Amino acid sequence: MGNMKELTKGLMKENPIFVQFLGMCATLAVSTSVINGIGMGLSTTAVLIASNIIISLIRNFIPNKVRIAAYIIVIAGCVTAVEMALNAFAPAISKSLGIFIPLIVVNCIILGRAEAFASKNGVVKSALDGIGMGLGFTLALVILGSIREILGNGTFLGIQLFGEGFQPATVLILPPGAFIVLGTVLAVINLITSKKKEGGEE
Amino acid sequence: MALLAELVLLSLSTILANNYVLVKFLGICPFLGVSKKVGTAVGMSVAVTFVMTVASVITFFVQKLLVHFSIEYMQTVAFILVIAVLVQVVEMAIQRFSPALYNALGIYLPLITTNCAVLGVALLNVQEGYDFVHTLVYSFSAGLSFMLAIVLFSGVRERLETADIPKPLQGFPIALITAGLIAMAFLGFSGMSF
Repeated sequence: MGNMKELTKGLMKENPIFVQFLGMCATLAVSTSVINGIGMGLSTTAVLIASNIIISLIRNFIPNKVRIAAYIIVIAGCVTAVEMALNAFAPAISKSLGIFIPLIVVNCIILGRAEAFASKNGVVKSALDGIGMGLGFTLALVILGSIREILGNGTFLGIQLFGEGFQPATVLILPPGAFIVLGTVLAVINLITSKKKEGGEE
Repeated sequence: MALLAELVLLSLSTILANNYVLVKFLGICPFLGVSKKVGTAVGMSVAVTFVMTVASVITFFVQKLLVHFSIEYMQTVAFILVIAVLVQVVEMAIQRFSPALYNALGIYLPLITTNCAVLGVALLNVQEGYDFVHTLVYSFSAGLSFMLAIVLFSGVRERLETADIPKPLQGFPIALITAGLIAMAFLGFSGMSF
């Protein structure tokens, strides 16, 4: 039961993007389409799981003073492995995500989970935490990517959704759209949670 | 003369048309995190610009070494190490020589390590195949573009403090939408052909 909670908390209650506001750079930059969101989300998940497991295994050997540096090296190693794997097996995605794959190293989610969770918990819990947080990140990216791709391009996963008459709001797949869509989604989430709270108090 | 003109254009297009924060989405965390006051925004961006420029110069030579030993796949690991060490050194140097500045910047300094704009500039320099002079100009301009965006944004945010904002929009959402509007203004520059 306790382990299940580690897995599911990342999806909604502690969603890294919508609740903790971590990993904003990658979120804003790659949510232009659903497929980019999935690619980035799963790459980050892979890194998160690997780094959480390794850090949880070595947490007792690292002197407290150099722990952040040690974490960053572990994370950088995992990212390099994922980068090479993507290059070999999914070159198209690797190309469209470009510089943001190596930049997973400095994604605050990963260092954040290493410091806040993996350095204090056992291997199984840390792995589950990594899976949950990673999938939560992916879910958020897919939601943002869907909104931006459907409204900004009239497609979903590259499939044309509307007839000839549809005028896509191109601004949504341009940089300003990223900020505005995320801001709006966060506002809607705030609205829903505050409604829920009011309902609970009655 | 031609080189000078080219460098000026590179610098202008980095600051305006390809603004690091608003167009390339690098360095969003500090952009949203330390932009509540103009003063801290200026301090942060000065520190970032400095680290960015020095880090790019060092990684320029590190990349040469990596190529020499044909271990380019170690790029990410090597670059992040350089940046982490550099930030530590800068922190200690400022603490030693200018305690006043250290107190003003204090908490923001270690954060620069995980500022993706710094690693981003270092990686982009290599990707674009810039030579030494271009690397220097490009990374300094990248720092300036960060400064421009964060200082403009913090100015707007100070005003937001006193504004009457609908409850669900308070805090992060309105900040993001504001950033979106500023980004839209910067989109205008992309029409200019440098």
